Amino acid sequence: MTAPRYPLLIAALSLLVAALFLASLLTGPAGIGPGESLAALFRGDDLLALVMRELRLPRAILGFLVGAALGMAGAVLQGFLRNPLAEPGLIGTSASAALGAVLAIQTGLSATFPLALPLAALAGAALSVLLVLMLAGPRGGALALILAGIAISALAGAATSLVLNLSPNPFAINEIVFWMMGSLADRSMLHVWIAAPFMLLGFALLWPTRRALEALTLGEDAAASSGVHLGRLRLMLVAGIAALIGGATAVAGTVGFVGLVVPHVLRRAVGASPARLVPAAALGGAAVVLAADIAVRRIAPGHDLKLGVLTALVGAPFFLHLILRTRREGL
Amino acid sequence: MLELRALSFHRAGQPVLDGIDLRLGPGEFVGLLGPNGAGKTTLLRAALGLLPARGHSSLAALPVRERARAAAYMPQGREIAWPMPVEALVALGRIAHPHSASAADRAAIERAIAALHLDPLRHRRATELSGGEQARTLIARALAQETPLLIADEPIAGLDPAAQIDVMRLFRRLAGQGHAVLASLHDLGLAARHCTRLVMLHQGRIAADGPPEAVLTAQNLARVFGITAHVAPGPGGILFQPLDTIGGGAP
Amino acid sequence: MVGRLCLAACLLAGLILPAAAEPPRRVLSVNLCTDQLAMLLAAPGQIVSVSYLAQDPTASAMADQAARLPANRGRAEEIFLMRPDLVLAGAWSSPETIRLLQRLGIPVEVFPVETDIAGIRANIRRMGNVLGRQARAKALLARFDADLARLADAPPGPRPRAALYMVNGYSSGRDSLAGQIVALAGFDNVADDLGLPAGGVVPLEALLLSGPDLLVEGRRYPGSSRAQEVLDHPALKALSRGRPAEVMSDPDWVCGTPHILRAIAQLRDARLALQARP
Repeated sequence: MTAPRYPLLIAALSLLVAALFLASLLTGPAGIGPGESLAALFRGDDLLALVMRELRLPRAILGFLVGAALGMAGAVLQGFLRNPLAEPGLIGTSASAALGAVLAIQTGLSATFPLALPLAALAGAALSVLLVLMLAGPRGGALALILAGIAISALAGAATSLVLNLSPNPFAINEIVFWMMGSLADRSMLHVWIAAPFMLLGFALLWPTRRALEALTLGEDAAASSGVHLGRLRLMLVAGIAALIGGATAVAGTVGFVGLVVPHVLRRAVGASPARLVPAAALGGAAVVLAADIAVRRIAPGHDLKLGVLTALVGAPFFLHLILRTRREGL
Repeated sequence: MLELRALSFHRAGQPVLDGIDLRLGPGEFVGLLGPNGAGKTTLLRAALGLLPARGHSSLAALPVRERARAAAYMPQGREIAWPMPVEALVALGRIAHPHSASAADRAAIERAIAALHLDPLRHRRATELSGGEQARTLIARALAQETPLLIADEPIAGLDPAAQIDVMRLFRRLAGQGHAVLASLHDLGLAARHCTRLVMLHQGRIAADGPPEAVLTAQNLARVFGITAHVAPGPGGILFQPLDTIGGGAP
Repeated sequence: MVGRLCLAACLLAGLILPAAAEPPRRVLSVNLCTDQLAMLLAAPGQIVSVSYLAQDPTASAMADQAARLPANRGRAEEIFLMRPDLVLAGAWSSPETIRLLQRLGIPVEVFPVETDIAGIRANIRRMGNVLGRQARAKALLARFDADLARLADAPPGPRPRAALYMVNGYSSGRDSLAGQIVALAGFDNVADDLGLPAGGVVPLEALLLSGPDLLVEGRRYPGSSRAQEVLDHPALKALSRGRPAEVMSDPDWVCGTPHILRAIAQLRDARLALQARP
């Protein structure tokens, strides 16, 4: 029986996430004791309190939310497309969300109306998910999916570069690195307030799709005949993924491979069930991003190492391994 | 249980189904016969409302949730996307009953596993099983849905002879318990022996419909399948043996 | 065809002509800093073109003067067509362009980046020599030294601490020109304490906890960018509340010319105000 193992897994992942959240709060260039730091979180109005409340807390919250969003989006996309290579970064969703966000910043829209930033990112993400479903739906196979993803990523990346190149601001061009590699450095509570509602909406939209994802294991016909409303599912999926990736990318840039690696690692532990994978991958994604964000601060404190650099260094070899395995299994 | 009236479906301007009228009642195990391309799969999918067909289907008219409690469907493509344990795959049949008590779910799953002798395999990963074992798992999944009507597209293809006979007996038993079963079949011999009724499909139309001996006539076999066969009454049902093809008639 | 013939002919001419012993008549500069040094020292009509940046008032301290000259974007082809007899370049100018110009027979003088007063003085003297304006350079140096001596009057003893914080969270320490300006105005530099003498990205957290007496913020540019968003971070705003802050005016900070005296004066005023507070 795998049943008792599942609550255990969820409990273990939750503990891990809680520990990493705490560790993230306690990680920073200013070497201050844990007790003192945590106390400053709740009282006092000195510089340390400012650091804890305005810098480290939003950073940890965003690490948790962005990681959970990426992990969940990966699990849901893989379940829906029945393809272990589906991932928001690889299929171009993140790049398109980044394009939306860059447009919102460059037009100055986000300065006057802060919600324009996640909204534009959401629109970009939604567009790309629709495009991928059109180009390489569930019957498109792994190759069509990856090719569609490459095309959309390239297009969105080029458009992002173009917008930044044409900017009158001399520093805009430096941003390309951020949008490509992602970072949680020096985020503020404002970023939490504008992105969190979108990610929470995404969680709420995708949570009820678990049963349908489970049914889709046996294909669309079997799912449809066991009571799954495929049209409604598709709609919830597009909206949910767009909200998650739009919200996450708007504040953290593109953090790749989390949605690929995390579901893959956890699939066995949940008995390959796509429904159980959803919460597990959300927690796993949160753990990975929190850990990576701690690592970038510890490994190279003075160098502003980007988050996506670390996840790609781990994730890309993983991706190759998955491709090799997919080939062996002749999928 | 199922009523189709003037059901038609066109693909690229060509009629794939052309005015199908069919009624299924409780106690019937109907074998849907026909050569490749006759429209068997299309008929089953259109009846379930998985295809936008013209005409009337009592199932397609139901809301999605209710349809899932009226009919279970085992598609022809044996798709199993993830390496889930057999037991978990069989449990997928219960998705059609979101409000059922977990004890009832449990019991239905156990019945389905027992009916297809899957107990020794229940913890194995379904993707690592043989084709026949996978087919049994998928049949069990459809059984666990516990619907009055079971629709199966080539359920016994790829099974060994013992398993084929087992499944045909199981379907017949279901019919005996008041369910109805509609299955497309290629093995005319097994169909002749176990089905209560056969429906022969030819170029999108029903060519013959009735008890096995009335459908498997030399004339129908020659016209629809382009074969000759030896059909004779025997102990426990009809004996059917294909003999030869008729020059140019076979597809 | 004609163009190629001309190119060949001109190339030949450039190779055959002996190095000019007399001052160059057609001087072209491709670097914002050599632009300004040259404009400060050159004889009327001696400069044929300066870089387009020199005309940009957000970057250049001499935009008005530069606006009267043709601008270039530092591309070999356009430079060649202006037929300069001397090209002035900075250490950051494209090495390919410089090599190409040298192959075409155009002498190129590459000036190093100034990061301290000695470097600025050396560059002024060298520019005077290169342009044949030694007397003018000498006068400029004398005035520069006098003004500097007047401004660099910080008393010995404990110095207040200043933090430079620019777009993208960048800061500069003592091994940079901006750091020299901070030091000459009488401040200790937080970036030095944080181990960034040449400059680098300072985590906002480290900046806050360093508790600077004066915050010197980088200036903002038109258009929006994520890079300068960090200047609006609520934590930074909270830090600058009740604390003196200055904004860097880039034209006075980027190039090692006597214009840095204005930046030094600005920070010196801030220091005097700080020290005058009870």
